[in-house]
Order: sequence, then structure tokens, then C-alpha cells
Amino acid sequence: MVELILFVVLSTVVIGGALSMILGRNPVYAAMGMLATLFGLAVIYVIQLAHFVAVVQVIVYAGAVMTLFLFVIMFIGVDKAQSLDEGLAWQRPAVLGVVAAILAMVGGLVLSGRWEWITADRVALSGQVIEIPVPPNGTIESIGESLINRWLLPFEATAVLLIIASVGAIVLAFYRPRRLQSVGDDAE
Amino acid sequence: MTVTPDWYMTLAAVLFLIGTIGLLLRNNALMMFMSVELMLNAVNLTFVTAGGAVGNLDGQMAVFFVLVVAAAEVAVGLAIIVSVFRSRSTATVDDLAELKG
Repeated sequence: MVELILFVVLSTVVIGGALSMILGRNPVYAAMGMLATLFGLAVIYVIQLAHFVAVVQVIVYAGAVMTLFLFVIMFIGVDKAQSLDEGLAWQRPAVLGVVAAILAMVGGLVLSGRWEWITADRVALSGQVIEIPVPPNGTIESIGESLINRWLLPFEATAVLLIIASVGAIVLAFYRPRRLQSVGDDAE
Repeated sequence: MTVTPDWYMTLAAVLFLIGTIGLLLRNNALMMFMSVELMLNAVNLTFVTAGGAVGNLDGQMAVFFVLVVAAAEVAVGLAIIVSVFRSRSTATVDDLAELKG
């Protein structure tokens, strides 16, 4: 019962935040909606015993990524609150068409009794009663053990990836061709 | 009424759909980027849910790696947006049409 109440509240927060993100005129409000979605997802991870993932979600996504987004929004300028008709004449109906096609696909699945293709309900997919396994407890200890034992090579590869990404970001931010450099100096 | 994994899967599907709509609907590069982040989060939710449903930890490991790649992507992507904004003073993707034939 508690989980049901939590699910209803959290899914409202998550979907409401997502909708306010894609429909927000002001980019800062959109970022705040995204933040609500990220926090709601972190609580959902805690409910599903993924404690480490929840903590990383808050620190990395809600902390670092959204801060970076807010910095760039401030840099580019918040005063340009955009109207929602952004000069996309025929694209809007096309989006509606794509969404209608997806919804029709889902509706077809529901009508033909294949809802479990989306939800991946294993009992319904296998057509027989199987025992439901115990969800793993994603503590830092168990995650770390799995990371060092089973996933060592991908873990090392992420280190390389992060170094390349941060070097790339610095190069993109600081490097300017000489021709542009003088123009930029004049502007500043 | 108990909350089964398929409830979370459905929530993730809705979230992914909202992200897709946002990506197609907006033409501000920042908003499109945030929509992509939303889609990545929806996929993370399916990873955690499916990993819990089959009872092993690999779903949460996949989320960890997706998070790392998403963080790297955000750093580089925002740097690209900033450097485009510096030279063009625009963050609207429709204005970047120099390669249009």
C-alpha cells in the first residue's frame, strides 16, 4: 500500500517535471522541471533497492549535469524567453503524426493482448508460473565488488572516456582560431 | 494492489515518449539536449527495473556506465553549443544551415 502511494506521487512528480521541461518557454524553468524528474527517479531507485544508483543520480545528474546546463543557459541568455511557435511550420503536425503512430502501436499491442511485450512481465511472457527472484540489494559494497571483478575492463575504459571528454571540452572552450581571437578580444 | 515491475516499465515508456516529443518539438539546441537526457533517464529506469526483476546486479552496473557516458556527452555537447553560440550568437538549430545544398 505504501509502495502504491509512493508510486502514484513519484510518477506524478516525474511526468509533471518532464512535461514542464518540454513545454517550458523559459529555459531555466525547463531545467527546474528536469531537476524534479531527476529527483523523483532517484527516489524510485531507492524504492527498488538501487541505493548506489540513487546516490550517483543525485550527485552526477542533479548536481553536476544540471549545474552545467544552468551555467550554459545563463551564458547563452535567459532573457530570450522563447515563444513555443519557433517557426516550425510543418514539423508540428509531423510530430503529432509520429506520436499518434506510436500510440496506435501501443494500442494495438494492448488490444491484441500483448501488453507484456512492453512491460516485459516475465510471468506473462513465459506463459508459466516462475518464481520471482529476490531483487538485488545495490549497496556500494556489492556494486564495487561487481565493478572490480566482473566489469574491470569497462570500468577502466570509462576512465579513458572521461579524460578524453574533459580534454575535448577544454579544447572546445578555449581554442579559437587567430582570426576570430582578435574579434573576440574587441568584443570583450 | 501491489506495484509490480511492469508499472515502472510503463512509467519509463511514458518518460521516453515525452523525451522523444521534446526532441522533435523544440528547435533550441539546449532543450533538445535536455530531451535526450530525459530519454537516457527513461532507459536507466528500465535497466534498474529489469535488473531487479531478474534478480541480478548487472542492470545497475549498466546504469552506472550509462551515467558515465551521459556525463561525458554533456560536457562535450555543451562545449560545442557554447562555441557555436560564440561564433554565431544563436542556439537555434534552424539557423545553422551553412551545409544546406
